[in-house]
Amino acid sequence: MEYSSIISEALITLTVNKLRSGLAILGIIIGIGSVIALISLGQSSQKSIENQIQSLGANLLTISPSGSNAGGVRSAAGSGTTLTLDDAKAIQTSLQITTVKNVSPEYSRRAQVTAGRNNTNTQVIGVYPAYLDIRKLAVSNGSFITNRDISSMTKVAVIGPQAASDLFGEGVNPVGSSIRINGQSLKIIGQTESKGGTGFNNPDDTIYVPLPTAQKQLFGSTSLSSIVVEAQNQDVMTEAQNQIGYFLLARHKLTDPGQADFIILSQNDILNTAAQVTGVFTTLLGGIAAISLLVGGIGIMNIMLVTVTERTREIGLRKALGAKKKTIITQFLTEAIILTITGGFIGMLIGIAISFILSSALSLPFTVSFTAVLLAVSVSGAIGIIFGWYPARKASNLQPIEALRYE
Amino acid sequence: MISLSHISKIYKADVIETTALLDISFEIKKGEYVAIMGPSGSGKSTLMHIIGALDLPTKGTYILDGENVSKLNDDQLADIRNRKIGFIFQAFNLLPRTTALKNVMLPMVYAGVPKEEQDERAKKYLTLVGLGDRMDHTSNQLSGGQQQRVAIARGLVMNPAIILADEPTGNIASAQAEEVMAIFQKINDSGHTIVMITHEHDIASSAKRIISIKDGHIVSDTKNNKQRKVKS
Repeated sequence: MEYSSIISEALITLTVNKLRSGLAILGIIIGIGSVIALISLGQSSQKSIENQIQSLGANLLTISPSGSNAGGVRSAAGSGTTLTLDDAKAIQTSLQITTVKNVSPEYSRRAQVTAGRNNTNTQVIGVYPAYLDIRKLAVSNGSFITNRDISSMTKVAVIGPQAASDLFGEGVNPVGSSIRINGQSLKIIGQTESKGGTGFNNPDDTIYVPLPTAQKQLFGSTSLSSIVVEAQNQDVMTEAQNQIGYFLLARHKLTDPGQADFIILSQNDILNTAAQVTGVFTTLLGGIAAISLLVGGIGIMNIMLVTVTERTREIGLRKALGAKKKTIITQFLTEAIILTITGGFIGMLIGIAISFILSSALSLPFTVSFTAVLLAVSVSGAIGIIFGWYPARKASNLQPIEALRYE
Repeated sequence: MISLSHISKIYKADVIETTALLDISFEIKKGEYVAIMGPSGSGKSTLMHIIGALDLPTKGTYILDGENVSKLNDDQLADIRNRKIGFIFQAFNLLPRTTALKNVMLPMVYAGVPKEEQDERAKKYLTLVGLGDRMDHTSNQLSGGQQQRVAIARGLVMNPAIILADEPTGNIASAQAEEVMAIFQKINDSGHTIVMITHEHDIASSAKRIISIKDGHIVSDTKNNKQRKVKS
């Protein structure tokens, strides 16, 4: 029996009972639709994180103090006080380190910041002038912290646009106004351009102050929370990481790299971690959506079983007229596959539409992966085969006499 | 053409055995027109299933057109039914919502006959049974008699060894039943072998030979000298 005639016959049978066929594929539509929407959204957010991190600079290394070992108690990474300004200066000036272009010592804390009657809890970072360049920030208004601010420990601040609008209101020029942090009054000398970040460590919601001012006058600390190093280019990242690593080990009088009191992470490491996290979320959400696909498949099986029972006489007749088992299986399997592939196709369109709407609502980049489309078609086809197989086999095993007698 | 020797059919449900047919032997030659008669429960339906290769005998040998049908598997039986037997059922058993033409083409579809030939042969046999003008009507648009005539065309289209009719007039009005019987006579006259199962004497009387069975045995197997000629 030719395949074209099997397909056309199956299409006729399926369109006779439109409501039932429609309800049967609804489960597949929802299943495939949600899988595609969630996977696309996951990929979009992954891409957005990548873009964000790339925009912060791809050839940066971040040195952070690792958890300090004090009497066998290891405290959380990043909370140590093992990095100092002298470390940063030494990295900058050392002749052993040939791959570093620029060094930015940083001391950051979250603090309550007040301006008049407004106040906000935001990130305050003590920085050197090099920060602006390394972090690819730009000042839209006023000026950034200068070497003179460092040497004379002036009480000035540069404010991010988000923090500025939180403290002074939307559209108000904050330059020249004063803010208070930990009882100290600081004069705002500049505002940075928006970088469009979100969440923690958002450069738009940050206040920058001269490093000595932050350390001595605001927070009373002598250590650094991180040293950001700009390598000469992306190709020497690993080399720079090694040079700095051995240099700091020697400087801190440590012989065993396992004992290191600092960690050096590249933007790539951070990127990979972030990608891993979103990857896990995407898989989880996709998994939940896949369960609805499974339920949809069971729906198809249910409908096909009803169809087989309803058409028992027809199956009996076909067998009496010479249809072999394989022919009957092919006929019913074809119907099931047409149902699921139609559902898969509609679901794919709906899923793409949903991810388009959501990604534009969440201002994420919109991506439709070819993999998702391929997945939709092949998975829905496979569901047709898997869940259509049992009903089709049941039909093919009917005995013609029994089937013809069936009322 | 058809040879049954010592055919028995025993149904087994748990430990209870029911004998539907016991040691039946007869032959039907090419071109015969045989009616198998018997009251309900006589075993005539079981006999029809065996002749029609829809079921296998428990004991005995059944040769149909030179092929031993007794020991075949499901798919081989399907092939035998497709090539050698033209079924005509009491309830017509046409595919619903399908045109007369497509219904007649169905056995040829399973036989793998080329598309153009399917079309040509289906039209030829529909014309033969007098439905040349209703080929594109779906089965639910036809009367009982017309549906049975489509079924006859479908039974003839593979040019089978035998036409096997099971109570062919049981579901149709008597005037139309006469038309159906007239067609039977016409196709027998043109050389087709017909085996008809019925419990109606009137219908059986149009056959050339009548086999009566009761309780699984053949009671009589006689030539019908007073064959009723149906006016067509």
